[in-house]
Amino acid sequence: MTNPATNLAAEAHGIVKRFGPIEVLHDVGISIPVGDARALVGRNGAGKSTLVGLLTGIYAPNAGEIRLGGQPAPALGDRRAWRQRVACVYQRWMVIPHLTVGENLFLNNQPRNALGLVAWRRLRERSMAALKDWDLDVPPDIEAWRLTVEQRQIVEIARALLQGSRFIILDEPTAELERKEVNRLFDRIRALQANGVTFLYISHHLEEIYDICRTVTVMRDGRVVADAQLSQFPKDRLVAAMVGDAAMVQRESKSAAKTGGAPGLQVSGLCRGEDFQDIELSVAPGECVGLAGLAGSGKDKVAEAIAGLLEPDNGTVSILGRATPMGDVVAMRAAGVGYVARDRHERGLFPLLSVADNLTATVMDRFGPYGFVSPARQAAMADGQIATLGIVASSCDQQIGQLSGGNQQKTMVGRALASDPKVLVLVAPTQGVDIASKQAVYDIIDKAKARGMAVLIVSDDLDELTVCDRVEVIFRGRLSRSFLPGWKDHDMVAAIEGLY
Amino acid sequence: MASTASRSIPATSAGSNLFSRLNLRDLVLIPVIALVMVVGSFVSSSFLLPENLLNVLQQSSELSILVIAQSLILICGKFDLSLESTVGLAPMLAAWLMIVDTYVGGSGIGISGYAGIAVLFAVGLVVGTVNGLLVVKLKLNAFITTLAVLILLRGMTLGITNGQTLFDLPSEFLYLGTAKWFGAPASIWIAGLLFLFFGLMMRYHRIGRAIYAIGGNAEAARVAGIPVERITIGVFIVGSLLAALAGLLLTGRIASVMAGQGQNMIFYVFAAAVIGGIGLNGGQGRMIGALTGVLLLGLLQNVLTLSGIAAFWIDACYGAIILLALIITRLSGEAPRA
Repeated sequence: MTNPATNLAAEAHGIVKRFGPIEVLHDVGISIPVGDARALVGRNGAGKSTLVGLLTGIYAPNAGEIRLGGQPAPALGDRRAWRQRVACVYQRWMVIPHLTVGENLFLNNQPRNALGLVAWRRLRERSMAALKDWDLDVPPDIEAWRLTVEQRQIVEIARALLQGSRFIILDEPTAELERKEVNRLFDRIRALQANGVTFLYISHHLEEIYDICRTVTVMRDGRVVADAQLSQFPKDRLVAAMVGDAAMVQRESKSAAKTGGAPGLQVSGLCRGEDFQDIELSVAPGECVGLAGLAGSGKDKVAEAIAGLLEPDNGTVSILGRATPMGDVVAMRAAGVGYVARDRHERGLFPLLSVADNLTATVMDRFGPYGFVSPARQAAMADGQIATLGIVASSCDQQIGQLSGGNQQKTMVGRALASDPKVLVLVAPTQGVDIASKQAVYDIIDKAKARGMAVLIVSDDLDELTVCDRVEVIFRGRLSRSFLPGWKDHDMVAAIEGLY
Repeated sequence: MASTASRSIPATSAGSNLFSRLNLRDLVLIPVIALVMVVGSFVSSSFLLPENLLNVLQQSSELSILVIAQSLILICGKFDLSLESTVGLAPMLAAWLMIVDTYVGGSGIGISGYAGIAVLFAVGLVVGTVNGLLVVKLKLNAFITTLAVLILLRGMTLGITNGQTLFDLPSEFLYLGTAKWFGAPASIWIAGLLFLFFGLMMRYHRIGRAIYAIGGNAEAARVAGIPVERITIGVFIVGSLLAALAGLLLTGRIASVMAGQGQNMIFYVFAAAVIGGIGLNGGQGRMIGALTGVLLLGLLQNVLTLSGIAAFWIDACYGAIILLALIITRLSGEAPRA
């Protein structure tokens, strides 16, 4: 199916893209051979999403040429033609929640009978065959909102292939997946690649890229700065290309733990139904402890119980030796718990409100009497926070939705810090942010430790766990192992997966 | 391909028989309707007489056509409050053009009954197109846009005739609202056929499926190549045409056009659609459910009237029962709706 003239799945030459007066892509070129697995990496704002938008026909370039499968790209409005050439699996849901799995597989592409009506029986049979091909053990009749994240992504990839696309763009597909699910996804990608399907893979997890990609394109500040075979491009060079001249900070975990005296956070005998049992945790002021586990292991629920969002059946949580009332968010915050939930989009941000409103949402009572908020006093506090946390915003009045993911995440941590907590509980605090912002979040954590806060990081990201002075592993609702710094990745993963 | 199977989800409905296709949520009102009929038969001996039941159906026919229209628009993820004002304006403008005598509020032009029907549907076409363009192209919020259009059209209906009611309309114009086909009022047949047609279209035609997709996730629908804007505008137009038809049937049934024709109908339209399982957030619900919602409201109204409850308290009872029905349907449905 490949002849020399058309053996490129996608190519772009001399692409310039402007949004209003701002040029976001300067003379970008990329060419991806059929059957390649290409990684596209770069920090947030490097231009990756814009390039993907151009390659999928969401925007048109201001200059330059895009070719797909050797032919010029279709007109912008011709969705059908685009869809047959390229498909993108996005981070956000692209299934229709209340249609069945089968219908989602054949969205706008339903098998039809002689009268042009939807042939439900054939649709069902063909979806069953497709689901079987993909080893996806779900009936085609259930509504798609019941799928797990992994199943949903597979449905999206399967849909793309069913609609004839042989070039698939994966935009951070593993952000919400567990490790085992990631491995399964990679197995599938490799099998498809062997069949001549081409992938463009976007991820912040560099080790994943080395796992499944053959080649890499690195973008920085709207330009392509490197194009290489991954086998000849070690990780440090890759990171250097992404970061450019910015200094790379090597992490060194320095414990500021104060021994003696009451622990900052003491969790004793915490139980809640099927969620978790007999949780014992102790975090000293200035110490950072990791709570590691799979999604569904109960780690997020433990964090929610500490934050007062869930009421446990049994057990106590004390802050600096003082017992706290359970299941009451306001009381927990007053007792000194600052909490950053997983998934800032779903559980953190007020996207239409300003940075100041987002930062001070929990301390609105401080800016005036009887619930009145003095804008000047609010702005003063917000400006102070913006400066200490290094949030990049035009002013504290800017809408938070306009900020980059990293700055949004810093704002979420800032909100938790606003109430001067004694204990900081962070769930996956660097998920979906670029490397520089990750570093900034770690710096904020270090400062919090230095100020004597007890920090609990709830995560299954090895990078995040490396920061911790100690890691407790939770498996199926029970604490299973404890690690001190110097642990090996392999051992940690095995413990998290319950494999040891 | 992959080595391990993913976690499985148990099938809720394995077979493809009729019962599983009509999922339980669509039939939840049937026992409630049965209950209302039993209560009705105790309340009044005349309730179960065929004349009374046909009367209920006929009085519900205009409402049910509006419910079809609103269901289409709701499934597409939008709103149209102005449907009820089209029920008034479309026949009013037509009647004004048809009536020669300016003393009784006519225009003096005197177009024919058939031309009047054409004018009526033209009004529906224009209103639907305007709504669609405002909501889709200008991206105005559907709720507030169609609220403004509702006020505008209602005001025009009053303005055309200085608030008069128009009588003495040509018989062609009244025909559909008065005729009997096979022993039952034509409007019942029309409403029934429309339910059948739109029910099948939503289930078996790709445009119907596209409407569900748009209401469920417009962005995903766009990526899948569905012409989101065109279909959404089309849904607004079909909705307004159906509202004009409802206006024609209502005019025929009462043999006149009142200045306030259609007023407050929109509340019952929403109540029937939501009780019948049409989600207010789009992408959810079926025509068969909406039909049961209309039937329930129509029967309730009739039972309340026959029950001898003081007339001024009927609306309060009606409202309370609608609330109760919403609570019952929520408690019996699996996933939260609306």
